[in-house]
This record gives sequence, C-alpha cells and structure tokens, in this order.
Amino acid sequence: MTTLTEVPEAAAARETPARRRRRVDRLPYLLLLPALLIIGVLLLWPLGQVVVMSFYRLNSVRQLRGDREWPWVGLGNYTDILSDPFFLTVLRNTVLFAAANVLLTMVLGTLVGLLLNRLGRKMATFVASCVMLAWATPALTGTIVWKWIFDDTSGLVTWLFNALPDGLSNSLFGRSDWTGYGWFNSPLLFFAILTLVVVWHSFPFIAVSVLAGLKSVPSELHEAARVDGASPWRVFWKITFPLLRPVFGILIVLSTIWDFKVFTQQFVLAGGTQDRPTFMLAIYSYAEAFSPPPKYGLGAAIAVILTLILLVVTGFYVRMVLRQEDES
Amino acid sequence: MKKVALNGAGLLVALFAAFPVYWMISTSLKPSNEIFSATPQPVPTHPTLAHYREILTGNLIPGVSFLDFFLNSALVAVSTVVLSGLVALLAATAVARFRFRLRTSFLIMLLVVQMIPLEALVIPLFLMIQRLGLYNTLPSLILTYLGFSLPFAVWMLRGFVAAVPKELEEAAAIDGASRAQTFRRVLFPLVAPGLVATSIFSFITAWNELIFALTFINDQGSYTLPVAMTFFFGRDDTNWGPVMAASTLFTLPVIIFFLLVQRRMVSGLVAGAVKG
Repeated sequence: MTTLTEVPEAAAARETPARRRRRVDRLPYLLLLPALLIIGVLLLWPLGQVVVMSFYRLNSVRQLRGDREWPWVGLGNYTDILSDPFFLTVLRNTVLFAAANVLLTMVLGTLVGLLLNRLGRKMATFVASCVMLAWATPALTGTIVWKWIFDDTSGLVTWLFNALPDGLSNSLFGRSDWTGYGWFNSPLLFFAILTLVVVWHSFPFIAVSVLAGLKSVPSELHEAARVDGASPWRVFWKITFPLLRPVFGILIVLSTIWDFKVFTQQFVLAGGTQDRPTFMLAIYSYAEAFSPPPKYGLGAAIAVILTLILLVVTGFYVRMVLRQEDES
Repeated sequence: MKKVALNGAGLLVALFAAFPVYWMISTSLKPSNEIFSATPQPVPTHPTLAHYREILTGNLIPGVSFLDFFLNSALVAVSTVVLSGLVALLAATAVARFRFRLRTSFLIMLLVVQMIPLEALVIPLFLMIQRLGLYNTLPSLILTYLGFSLPFAVWMLRGFVAAVPKELEEAAAIDGASRAQTFRRVLFPLVAPGLVATSIFSFITAWNELIFALTFINDQGSYTLPVAMTFFFGRDDTNWGPVMAASTLFTLPVIIFFLLVQRRMVSGLVAGAVKG
C-alpha cells in the first residue's frame, strides 16, 4: 500500500517542472486543433481532392457516392480541354475581363480615394457613406438591380436611350427605338455591363484602402510639393504613389484574384449557365460539372487550371504581406 | 472654383455608388403601373407596400413562402456564426497568447487558405456532401460556410485578443483563477466586441453565398434566400415590384451589419500595409 501511494507522488514531484513545461507547450496546439481540423477537412482536403478527381472520368452522381467505379483517364481531361478551341475563348474572356476590371477598379478607386482626402469633412463623410452602400450591397441583389436598370422594356437605360433625339440616336447607333433591345445579347455588351456591375461593387474597397493609406502619409510632403508648383499629376506619381506602393501592390493582387473568379454576378446577369460565348473559367468549370449531362472530372480539371493561375498571383500576395508584417 | 469642381465630382461619385440601392428601394415602393410606365418616376408618387405584402403573405411554391426561405437563410447564417466564432476564438487565443513552433506556419497557412478559389471547391465538396449523406440538407451549407469563414475570423480575432493586456490575465492567475476561469471571466468579456465584429463577417459570408447553396440543395423547401431569388425571379418576364421588395428585405440586414464593421474590414484585409 505504502509503495503504491508513494511511488506516484515521488514520480510527480520529480517530473513536475518537465510536465508543466510540456503542458504549457501543448495547450496552444489543443486550442488550434478544432480550427486545423476544419480548415484541413473543408478546405485543404477538397483542394487535393479536386486534383485527384481531375484524373478520372466522372459522369454520374453514383460514381461520386462510391457506388460505381472511377475510370482513370490520366491527363485525358486536360488534353480534352486544352485541345478544344472553346477553351481558348474562355481563357481569353477570363484574362481580358480580369485585366480590364482590375485596371478600371484601381483607377476609379484611387481617384475616389484621392478625392475623399481632398473634400471637406461633411462632404467627405457623405460621399464615403454612399460609397459604402455600394460595397455593402450583396453581389446577388446588386446584380439584380443592375439587371432591372438594363431591362429591355421599362429599364432606366432603355428609357434614357429612347429619350435621345431620334436623329442623334439614328446617326450614332442606327436605331431610335430601343424598347425590346437585348442589352445582354451580344457578348461585348454583356461584358461591358458585367464590368460596370463588378467595378461598381469593388471600387469602394480600393477607395477606402487608398484613403486609409493617404491618411497615414504626412501631409507636409504634399503641401511642400504643391507650394513648389508641382502639378497634381506629378505630385501623385513622385510622392503619393511611391509612398503607397505597398498598399497598391496588395490591392492590385487582391483585385486580380477576385476578378479572375467572378461567378455570382455573371450567373445572375446571364440567367444561368446557358450563355456559352461569355463563359469565363469559374462558370465554365461549374457548367461542365453540373449542367446535365454532368462531367465532374472535366469540371475539376478546369477548376485546377483556374487554381494554378491564382496560385501564382497568391504567391505575390503572401510575399508582400509577410514583408510588411516584418517591417511594421 | 476648384472647391466647386471637387464637390461636384464628389456628388457624381455618391450618385453612381448609391443610385442602384436607392432605385431598388424606390422601385419596391411603387405601384406596378408606375414601375412599367414609359417614363420612369424618380420618386414613388403613390408609395405602396403592396409588393411587400405580396411576397410576405403569398406562397412562392405551394406551402412555401418567402419567410420560409428567409428562415432557412437565417438558420444557416446564425449556426455558421456561432460555430465559427467559437472555433476562431480558441485558435486566435493560441496564436495571440502563445509562442510555439508552428505559430508562423499556421499564420502563413491562414493567409494562403484565404486565397483558395472557393469556386474550385464546389465539385470536391459536392462529393464530400454526397458521401456524408448531407445532400439536400441545411447542415451541408453550415459545414461549408464554417470552413469558408473560419480563416478570416481567426485572422481578425487574433488582433483583438492581442490587444487585451496580458497583465490582466496574469493578475487573475495570481489571484488563483484557473486557466479556464481566466479565459471565461477575463479574456472573453474583453474580446466580446471583437467577436461581434468577426461574427458579422461570418454572417455576411453565409448570408450572401449562392453557388454552394445552388448546388447542395435540390428540395425547394430547403432553398436559402439567394437560391430562391435566382430561381423564382430570374425568369424572363420579370415582375420587378416583388423582386425589388425581396431584394430590399435581403439587402437591408447586410447593409446595416456591414456599416457597423466596415472599418475593421479594411485593416483586416490590407493587414498592416498602411502602418508605414
């Protein structure tokens, strides 16, 4: 009996410092465990799984459930996609759309940021609140409203074009009656409206971030340059831009990532996944996988291609953020 | 002169940004003949709540009304918020309060994971949901949104936890409080405002999401609001009055929540870039 009670105590006394150290070391891992599990199971595992799926021919839900075999096709899905001339159209749409949207969002956002910095306090608060409204509006309802504005019978834009003097409208566009005009029918117009919707939704973030950056820069520099007679253009490129270079870097990368995978706005504006000429990578992948007949393997391969493109962009982003964390 | 030009530009920007939101609310309050008239009215001349009454009392499909979809969405969003807040708080405490070997790796992983294109995960998550037998259920969405909202929630909360002075917890420990007590009585109340802000982001993520809800739910009675809206209102001869009323009801909670926390959104996303 005595030995039984003594031995553990003695052992405990001897091990206390080591055990305490080990317990302190273990606690953060315990706290992290649920988050790690969730991120691992719901984000990282599917990311690996999408790559695995892209090597199989998966054309039915029963295969997904595991009731039927998965025929291995190796790189078959990829060669199918890359040899299809339609893929080039999709890739061109995606890249051009992202480039145009990043450029327009950055230019408009920066201009609004600079403007907010120059306005009086009351006016700046008012404009900033309005800009926030555009940002806060969900992509879904924002797009529905724009669709209503471009409605072909009672939409505001249709009315506006009808209100143009007939002669002017005829000489400019070759028509004076715009009622029933399909604003979304030609791919180019569709992309123009989609760009409007996406830029409207994303310029506020750029504007507010640029404004936050401007507030952190001592205003004496700008004043001095202005007193010396530098034009606003020169002040921006010689002083503002170099000082805010890290902010601009991150904003451009984030915008690029977001504009490469636009889905909701396109889905709502096009009314589903039928409008193939305007497909971009995200909606192409979705349509191949889920529009009947389902082709999950092919869709997965397109998703992998999209991910690889974004991976390169993300690499830049992480490098930038880490560099700034080190500096501050 | 210059001031006039600046203010004019400001007004133009404000108009461009706010007009669609104004137009949505304004249309929702107009009687149908005013909505479909040849000349649009800038303000509703005969404001009416008829469209709201229509969507709130009528059934969109037999036995299912707008309110059911609203409740589905609310259930999914609130469950996501609670689970994600809880898990994020634990993880944020770990990274903000402890120095351990994998800490930096974990933080880098959080950043990288936030950049995963979620659109690329629809297919593998559809597979997982099918295998788990969760297809056509709301928990499939709660699980998915939990994964999507967690990385940003941890990233954001870690700042709030780090802002609580460590001395307070040390004092509590000296007074004999256990670790659990310190966490519950000292850290938690002080981090609560940050938790609220973080929760709002998780809420907006879950509330707005369309693609996964579209894919995982087939049974119309279990549709979330975004799916119901694209399904019932995405048709060609759209009746814009009820659509705008539904859009307004969907949008208002998000706008209110968003305005409460937008300041932190900027600092969260550009992570220290503007500190100079």
